[in-house]
Amino acid sequence: MDAFLLQILNGLDKGAAYALIALGLTLIFGTLGVVNFAHGALFMIGAFCAVTLQRILSFSFTTIDETRTDFLGNPLKVQTPYVESWFGPELGAAIQDWSVPLAILMVIPVMFLFGWIMERGLIKHFYTRPHADQILVTFGLAIVIGELIKYFFGANPIQTPAPQMFLGTIDVGSWLGFDRGAVAYPMWRLVYFMFSLLIIAAVFAFLQFTTFGMVVRAGMADRETVGLLGIDIDKRFTFMFGLAAAVAGMAGVMYTPILSPHYNIGMDFLVLSFVVVVVGGMGSLPGAVLAGFLLGILQSFASMNEVKALIPGIDQIIIYLIAIIILLTRPRGLMGRKGVMEN
Amino acid sequence: MSKSNFSRRGVLKTGAIAGAGLALPTYLSAASHSGFTNAPTGSTVTFGFNVPQTGPYAEEGLDELRAQELAVEHLNGIGDGGMLNTFSSKVLDGTGILGKKVNFVTGDTQTKSDVARASAQSMIQKDNCIMINGGSSSGVAVAVQGLCQEAGVIFMAGLTHSNDTTGKDKKANGFRHFFNAYMSGAALGPVLQKEYGTDRRAYHLTADYTWGWTQQESIQASTEALGWETAQNVLTPVGAGDFSSYIAPVLNSGADTLILNHYGGDMVNSLTQAVQFGLRDRQVNGKDFTIIVPLYSELMAAGAGSNIRGVFGSMNWNWQLQDEGTQAFVRSFGQKYGFPPSNAAHTCYVQTLLYADAVTRAGSFNPCAVVEALEDFEFDGMGNGPTTYRGADHQCFKDVLVMKGAENPTSQYDTLEIVEITPRAQVEYDPEHPMFAGGNLGTCNPGA
Repeated sequence: MDAFLLQILNGLDKGAAYALIALGLTLIFGTLGVVNFAHGALFMIGAFCAVTLQRILSFSFTTIDETRTDFLGNPLKVQTPYVESWFGPELGAAIQDWSVPLAILMVIPVMFLFGWIMERGLIKHFYTRPHADQILVTFGLAIVIGELIKYFFGANPIQTPAPQMFLGTIDVGSWLGFDRGAVAYPMWRLVYFMFSLLIIAAVFAFLQFTTFGMVVRAGMADRETVGLLGIDIDKRFTFMFGLAAAVAGMAGVMYTPILSPHYNIGMDFLVLSFVVVVVGGMGSLPGAVLAGFLLGILQSFASMNEVKALIPGIDQIIIYLIAIIILLTRPRGLMGRKGVMEN
Repeated sequence: MSKSNFSRRGVLKTGAIAGAGLALPTYLSAASHSGFTNAPTGSTVTFGFNVPQTGPYAEEGLDELRAQELAVEHLNGIGDGGMLNTFSSKVLDGTGILGKKVNFVTGDTQTKSDVARASAQSMIQKDNCIMINGGSSSGVAVAVQGLCQEAGVIFMAGLTHSNDTTGKDKKANGFRHFFNAYMSGAALGPVLQKEYGTDRRAYHLTADYTWGWTQQESIQASTEALGWETAQNVLTPVGAGDFSSYIAPVLNSGADTLILNHYGGDMVNSLTQAVQFGLRDRQVNGKDFTIIVPLYSELMAAGAGSNIRGVFGSMNWNWQLQDEGTQAFVRSFGQKYGFPPSNAAHTCYVQTLLYADAVTRAGSFNPCAVVEALEDFEFDGMGNGPTTYRGADHQCFKDVLVMKGAENPTSQYDTLEIVEITPRAQVEYDPEHPMFAGGNLGTCNPGA
């Protein structure tokens, strides 16, 4: 039972990541009708915003310690971060320790701006082009971004730890009457799960309860009619592209302590998040969230040794198996609109 | 009066036949020099450095490339000579190889076997490379080694740790200086016994490809010989990223030891996530839970950060060794690039010099002559102590390092500390050992 609960937690955690990325992907498809294969790259840029802030906070000045030597036998160059010099060792170290949460403040404007420029500079030229063209150009963009990241940050994964206070585990099992330590779950993963729920709720609230959101939803349903009413729907959709980029970026930042960012991390998530969107229904925001959690949980259970003993290799194919079944039985996806991507 | 039977036509015929007969030995002798693939004809000879420049092992590949460039400089007499000054064989003098300057071309394996083969093939066919060196994956090494055997060039493997490279997939034209999974197990065993005793339950997470399988088999055999029990071996996909689904079951498996048969980014992620799940803070079966990473690299250790502290593993070589050869190489590499070399860099540097030395001693670039010169060659001064290239399987035998994640690192390079230099005798094995059985070295192929 405790193993079962652990896998549910794992599934919710994975699902939260999938849902958050798929949400942005669906926002873009639902508003602009664009199949954005660069969405994984937006997640990656978010992750590297955290790395960048970590490096900015580590900017140091050098002093020579004559009493120690480096690997070549020369006097050791000691690096002292400026933040420690300016704010004192303790506060400076604390600021560096909190680089990942602080990166959220940085990633929102950066990603929003990046999304805005991407939409105005590239994507808008492909609105009337076939989906194949959109896929090719956005996939190409994703490769270019990945190579740029590799050029500046190298190919190795970069450690971006969570703040010290979130490094341990929480004994979730003891709340539910299990033995002490039987269901201990990493604290940061729970933080990530709560954060994802918060962002998902905020996006839904924005679309549901604001006038701006109402216009966007109307535009998603019938773009031409909204345009005929004299509303500049293109501008609002550009805003939504920026918002989707910011959501992907935030997901990327918060995921860095779980998975050390590297230049290919966007591609790793891209395929999964597309499957999530297809299973949930192209253009359906609730569908993306539902499918994200559903596939996350199923993937976790498929990784259990008992399940793998019955069906070897199931952990590696479960998501694609579900996608095939859904596409065969309900081509529009779990909550997709009738007629969208059914042909 | 006698009449001569010689006619003008007869004399010409006889002369032509006699001339051809006299010239034949000279022709055959010439063929013995040029009758092999890419026999160098001009004033240069070209090496092919086939390393991952993109993909998951790109950092290691780039470090290999730095060392290979350095080796070529030293062979051509540029720089301080590095390990040429400490190498026990003294035939290399910094004037190239057999009077020819060394050139090189590079290729990107992307850590994919098919890409690596295509890259090596291009180097052999287009660039006339006489030797291929490099690689950071056993799958790639096995694939490229097979190609080199067919093409008739020498393959000096880079970082490849699977038993299969010099086991069931060994080839006469291929040579491995790097140690293997069996050696890791043999070296780690006694240290693990000393640290953790003989009563442990180990849970293995294993990368699902040739290297992962052979490492898991080797470490399981080694730990079970100590009396440890193997709770479970779970195969994980390469590049899984999030290993949480595989780590969560460890919590309730009754295991008190997690052995991560992962490498590169997978190892960085699985170790980090195992620490996040609090495994190292747990007590199971009355013992502190422990994690072991049988194969280490400096670049992985840097990626894993503080999570690696106190974790045991093994290495082929480390820049902190104090012998003359190591110090010479670290000095050359450090002065050129500003940081110490990795063990992937070291093995590629040494392999390049060993090939050049073998050609010089053989007096020929013919692969069969090189094979003969390398087989059972004993040398020293290359950072690993007295070393032998065993003729039976083309595996190098030398001391192995048992390492531990540094508890109190003093610099960014001080990520690992040397726990023990395991003597070569402890990691030696019979060529017919079951873990290496099933292959056939075959005979050398000179190619064209």
